[in-house]
Amino acid sequence: MTFLSVLRRGAIASAATAALTGSIASPALAADRELLNSSYDIARELFATINPEFVDWWQEKHGESVEIKQSHGGSSKQARAIMQGLKADVVTYNQVTDVNVLAEAGLVAEDWQQQYPNNASPYYSTTAFLVREGNPKGIDSWDDLVADDVEIVFPNPKTSGNGRYTYLAAWGYADRAFDGDEDRIRDFMKRFLGNVKVFDTGGRGATTTFVERGIGDVLISFESEVNNIRKEYGQDDYDVVVPPVSILAEFPVAVVEEYAERNGTRELAYGYLDYLYTEEAQRLLAGFNYRVNDDNVQAEFADQFPETELLRVEDVFGSWGEVMDTHFSSGGVLDQLQRR
Amino acid sequence: MQRIGDAPRIRRLLIGLALVLAALFLLLPLVAIFAQAFAEGVAMFWANLSDEYTLAAIGLTLFVTLLTIPVNLVFGVFLAWLVTRFSFPGRRLLQTLIDIPFAVSPVVAGLVYLLLYGRNGWVGGWLDSHDIQIMFAWPGIVLVTIFVTCPFVARELIPLMQAQGAREEEAAVTLGASGWTVFRRVTLPNIKWALLYGVILTNARAVGEFGAVSVVSGSIRGETNTLPLHVELLYQDYNTVGAFTAAALLALIALLTLAAKALLEWRATRRETAA
Repeated sequence: MTFLSVLRRGAIASAATAALTGSIASPALAADRELLNSSYDIARELFATINPEFVDWWQEKHGESVEIKQSHGGSSKQARAIMQGLKADVVTYNQVTDVNVLAEAGLVAEDWQQQYPNNASPYYSTTAFLVREGNPKGIDSWDDLVADDVEIVFPNPKTSGNGRYTYLAAWGYADRAFDGDEDRIRDFMKRFLGNVKVFDTGGRGATTTFVERGIGDVLISFESEVNNIRKEYGQDDYDVVVPPVSILAEFPVAVVEEYAERNGTRELAYGYLDYLYTEEAQRLLAGFNYRVNDDNVQAEFADQFPETELLRVEDVFGSWGEVMDTHFSSGGVLDQLQRR
Repeated sequence: MQRIGDAPRIRRLLIGLALVLAALFLLLPLVAIFAQAFAEGVAMFWANLSDEYTLAAIGLTLFVTLLTIPVNLVFGVFLAWLVTRFSFPGRRLLQTLIDIPFAVSPVVAGLVYLLLYGRNGWVGGWLDSHDIQIMFAWPGIVLVTIFVTCPFVARELIPLMQAQGAREEEAAVTLGASGWTVFRRVTLPNIKWALLYGVILTNARAVGEFGAVSVVSGSIRGETNTLPLHVELLYQDYNTVGAFTAAALLALIALLTLAAKALLEWRATRRETAA
């Protein structure tokens, strides 16, 4: 066999494979319209559960079959991709700031937070603790975390929105405990940050550190997340502790007006977000350990969510813009606290 | 003369050390990948493998690779031919330029393409106004993969063609062969094994590329999610078995590539001894 005949055969094979992959890549169901939802990285299973229900719901209401596509990633990266031309119709994020960025770029309506109830956050969560079985260090609230012998694991607030909430929750607690005395708050935060054993870049890395490498006495993350981790890695090995005071973590949703208009999916996009507020969807969300506002669902899942006082970032710190500038910018309060 | 490795005891020690290190750093992780993939049984492995999105990721990765290889094959041969057979101003510069994809981080490469072809980029603005989607769709993934893998073929060919020199081709020309005939009958037979080797390396890298693709993919599941990205996605999602199933597939492709490479080398040595 000559070399060229090998090449020629290869070309035929490659054409055949391309045809094959084309058939795999095309959707199995021919849907009338598509909607692309750009979401955060740990929401894959959540939307894998919600989307088929929405498709049925929409079909029943409008007699149209639709397909929902999902894009997942760190939500700041996701927002940047949309600004660079990823034609998502809706965003469902875990950071208010990332939707604000899109609003500033003119892709999302300026008043997006007023378009839906609860600041356009169909579900919410808070920051909670995952401790080792039996809670040997007796960690019940934020002030237990600054004891000398406690080792903490949570993602770096510089790189992770999850970590940012943890930082703000601790600060919010201290602000309450010390009546706004800035020196004492800073002292508390210094000790809190001093107890951090490992600063991973993201939530998944922090989980690996705590669970698989066995480092630290407490992992701090979203309540929904710590419950999922406990379910995944062993109900008997870990306990979940929800502190009496913590921060309100909103999960904002918005329609990317500019692209939805171009894709001709505007009312479908709004329909999708409407659906997230229905009792049916709220029940699904609660099943994934997210807190919801629907009264009936709240009552049903009351045992699952311990009562806690949730501080709003805007109430304690002013706007998100101010938070980012004061605390997380280079040379900001976080940097000052970590300097020894 | 006595060399360091000549004493039998030291030689055995060195060989043993090399084997232990190879097992520790190469074999063990490989075994771990397959062990994790089958951690919950073969049924679970198949369930993860036949997942609609895993299949789409496999399809996309193969599709991208099959587009990348011919482009870089032609480009690499052309480039190697140019810099080894002709002398022109800027030849050295061109030889240095070939190495740029090796020198820059793939993430940076992805970002550069995003800056060019993204909505706010130089070319991207025009594309966007004409509704042409390059970034966050398969063309973007193909573009960055071609960029990242473009030196492999040329880098394999250049040293060989330099060593062989142009004498045989010159002889062919004096005998009246046309340019195409020279290439087909003289150049190509001389370089075919190196060329195939370059293609294999291109293939391995194209299948496994993560950094650059991650930047331009937009990670739309079932549409722009390649196999390496799929591994990360599943891992982030606490689907460890799924992640390792996809990783095992990648490892399998790598092993096949290695086998192909070994086969080529074996054939090459056999031909040499036969000649």
